[in-house]
Amino acid sequence: MYKTLPCILLLAAGLVAGTTVSAQTTMQPAGSGGDAYPAAPRDPALKPVFEEFGGKPGLVALMNDFMDNLMADPVTRPFFQNADREHIKAELVDQFCVILDGPCTYTGKDMTTAHRGMNVDHADFNALVEDLQKAMNKHDIPFRAQNKLLAKLAPMHQQIITKP
Amino acid sequence: MHKFRRQKMLLLGALALAGGVVSLQAAAADGGDPTDNVSGKLLLTGGVSQVEGSAGGGLTPWALIGSYGTQGQFGANAFYTRVNVQDYHLDDAGAMFGIDNRVEFSVAQQRFNTEDVGAALGLGRGFTFKQNVIGVKVRLFGDAVLDQDSWVPQVSVGAQYKSNNQGAILHAIGAKSDHGTDYYISATKLFLSQSLLVDATLRFTKANQIGILGFGGDKHNGYQAEFEGSVAYLLSRNWAIGAEYRQKPNNLGIAKEDDWYDAFVAWAPNKHVSLTLAYADLGNIVIKNNQHGLYASVQVGF
Repeated sequence: MYKTLPCILLLAAGLVAGTTVSAQTTMQPAGSGGDAYPAAPRDPALKPVFEEFGGKPGLVALMNDFMDNLMADPVTRPFFQNADREHIKAELVDQFCVILDGPCTYTGKDMTTAHRGMNVDHADFNALVEDLQKAMNKHDIPFRAQNKLLAKLAPMHQQIITKP
Repeated sequence: MHKFRRQKMLLLGALALAGGVVSLQAAAADGGDPTDNVSGKLLLTGGVSQVEGSAGGGLTPWALIGSYGTQGQFGANAFYTRVNVQDYHLDDAGAMFGIDNRVEFSVAQQRFNTEDVGAALGLGRGFTFKQNVIGVKVRLFGDAVLDQDSWVPQVSVGAQYKSNNQGAILHAIGAKSDHGTDYYISATKLFLSQSLLVDATLRFTKANQIGILGFGGDKHNGYQAEFEGSVAYLLSRNWAIGAEYRQKPNNLGIAKEDDWYDAFVAWAPNKHVSLTLAYADLGNIVIKNNQHGLYASVQVGF
């Protein structure tokens, strides 16, 4: 009995995490097929996080620093140096705004189409995430709020990473 | 005889490493950026080095493949750990190598010093058990960090070959062997929305006190399944706190063995160094009960 108590506590921790996750998101078994993960999955539970990002003006300011980081980063620069960076920034603002339940509409491409032919690998993807984290840190966005956004972006790796 | 087996394993490991590095170099020979081959993972997502040298928490291995190398990359870490309890101390050091976020190799050497207990047992003050560990881990499927829309954890299997240098003493206390292999399967998941990492590990082992007191015993001499678990809460980008639990067997009649617990704080200012401090509760060790104290570990790498 003494041995099983910590097991129960550990399982309880996992269950608590799991149930709060399912209260906020739709968790699928891997490879459940059907619809691909959406480009801008709106989550009403993230409305408070939208405020922590400073609303739409905060997102605009964030994307400026994010793009600066992407261009300064030797791993990600090749993907953005010949792109219409102003257009991309505007689309990113809308995408994040929708995810955080802001008053926006995302009219950009889906993630598969937007990244087709770019040969993005895991290291490229992670470098972009780090550049985003750096930008969010610069704007003093609370760590937990950052992670709630990243939790929505992470599944997009399936469509974005095409180089194994 | 077992010395040759250990050398063979080391040689196999080295050959596999060399093969892995060569194939990665070849893959990168298209003139990629020098930063392309290393450090692609997010901070703190490589785990630290657990006492047997595998990537994980402090006490238990996780499904994470060690080092910051992601797919198509490699990375390495070295660690030193010191555990001080009232009547013993442990010095522990090792290194690990991760390839392609798929395979991890590790080596570690543990020196368990019995201090005054050694004298009480007639072995001499400061009598030390030395154990070498060679580890291998393979990620089967899943990505603990990226699969945020799925319940599927990252799952890895691993083995730790352990060899203790005090064969005669181990035999005298009832251990059946001075070497053995642990096998384990780990499932790890990071719940990003909660900033929480959870690991559950099942280890199949005959090791007494993780091998410090040999393998198998007079009370029991077969493989048993032991449960291990960790929970880590990410306080910020550079800080994590958590707790671990490690179930232990009880194979030796003369040396009762208890489950281990710890509560830890980990700090990683960058991808090259991390420090872990923990309070460890190790229960009864040989003739001294209620052993607890400080666990301190430093890990460096790229």
